[in-house]
Amino acid sequence: MAGPITDKTAIVGIGQTAFGKGLPDSELSLACQAISLAIDDAGLSPGDVDGLAMFSMEEGREVDVARSVGLGDISFFSEIGYGGGAGCGVVGHAAMAVATGQCQVAVGWRARKRAAKTSRPWAQVSRRITGHWQWSRPWGVVRPVDEIAMLTRRYMHEYGATRDHLANVALAARKHANRNPAATMYEKPLTREQYMEGRWISEPLCLYDNCLETDGALAVVVTSAERALDLPHPPAYIHSFAQGLPRQHQTMTNYFCEDPLRGPAWACADALWRTADFGPADVKVAQLYDAFSPLIVLSLEGYGFCERGEGGPFTDDGNIEWPDGRLPVNTSGAGMSEAYVHGFNLVLEGTRQMRGTSTSPVDGADTCLVTSGEGVPTSALLLRK
Amino acid sequence: MESGLLLPDVEDPDAAPFWAGTARGELLVQACGKCGAWRMPPRPMCPACRSLESTWIATSGRGTVWSFVVPHPPLLPAYAELAPYNAIVVALEEDPTIRFVGNLVTSPEGPIDEVDPASIEIGEPVRVVFAPVEDVHLPRWVRA
Ligand SMILES: [Zn+2]
Repeated sequence: MAGPITDKTAIVGIGQTAFGKGLPDSELSLACQAISLAIDDAGLSPGDVDGLAMFSMEEGREVDVARSVGLGDISFFSEIGYGGGAGCGVVGHAAMAVATGQCQVAVGWRARKRAAKTSRPWAQVSRRITGHWQWSRPWGVVRPVDEIAMLTRRYMHEYGATRDHLANVALAARKHANRNPAATMYEKPLTREQYMEGRWISEPLCLYDNCLETDGALAVVVTSAERALDLPHPPAYIHSFAQGLPRQHQTMTNYFCEDPLRGPAWACADALWRTADFGPADVKVAQLYDAFSPLIVLSLEGYGFCERGEGGPFTDDGNIEWPDGRLPVNTSGAGMSEAYVHGFNLVLEGTRQMRGTSTSPVDGADTCLVTSGEGVPTSALLLRK
Repeated sequence: MESGLLLPDVEDPDAAPFWAGTARGELLVQACGKCGAWRMPPRPMCPACRSLESTWIATSGRGTVWSFVVPHPPLLPAYAELAPYNAIVVALEEDPTIRFVGNLVTSPEGPIDEVDPASIEIGEPVRVVFAPVEDVHLPRWVRA
């Protein structure tokens, strides 16, 4: 069933900086560069932009960005929390604002420097902890990887998922990155043997179950479907959008509820499909948030591509690989092999799939699911051609 | 030896009774003062009935291993020194949806890297012990 914003808006511009480690530019500068490129790509001018949506973790604030890029009067600005859960929310808030007339042209972005203070909150924790982290960190569940590894071990125990399933995820991302010249791992193939011999980070997760650490920025421009028709690129219509914060959820350490393995993806998916004219079986390609490989397995279940417990086997037989897989996933290489910019690169790759400009273009792809972080309050988008 | 660990603020208003309990050798769970529902981690309002009244109930301190991880570096220095160590989640015997993060040790003051991680099994029974670290008594677990 169509919802009030169904197909009313589209992503009409995309921009990204180079990805790297230790880029000299500040997070604010990277943000301005990506936004500037996205505005150019959309065939618009900075003065046309009157809406902003960003991650609350962003170091460059709205005023700094607007003053640097030379944006017009801004009538809508919004911030989304929870790091990797925010990406699709940023685009969704921009779409809602445009669809409801709060603004005409909105920009959404993520810029990230791994050395920035706001980038790795776990590395700066003060020694006396209050709030929910006091129930996990004192015992050495300190990093995001430890938190997700805890859920992963339980998942493997309950459903019989294996490291081979997790390797399927890592290898698919790497294969796709090997086709994408912009990807950090473009020239670095990965074998199953290398995966299995990778050093442990937090058992049962090894190095290759983890996303990259990346400096870089990406931005999108969202405007009305009507206006999109006059702009240079084929619109990637925003068909459906949802956020998901399930009842009794605890961000990252979701150990304190009845069914910890039924994460935010499920709540988000319920809301996402409710305002969609199609279902999971009609999705031709998916960009699934992948800070850690098990999140893909959980997302495949949560968004309805398979039943609970079947996410592992779903990744077998090249099922999530371009070009012949049943559902090619993360066709740019995504967080594990292209760049980890809090998942915002997934939005751009979804847009490229709708434009037909992906380096691994899925044949006949007219719909794409893009998701943000599983394990935290999250968000998702359905894009269509 | 364990200086530098990340420790709770034992005066956190929601959690202070819990940490006072561990100092006395008790593993407490917050319970609603009105409807009696248990909740962990503690919070100001009961999600079942919205009462602000709460009490603290001494538990058996027994449970089973729900999951575990074995962190390796890079880690904060205090944890890197001990790595690889184990961290576990324990499901409480009285109500397995009440869970605690902890470590599996061989004695209250034993190090968190002493138990062979390959020997840890989901479902194995454990019982709480209390490890004094600075002014905090951290609940940890030994095999029951
Ligand atoms: Zn109550």
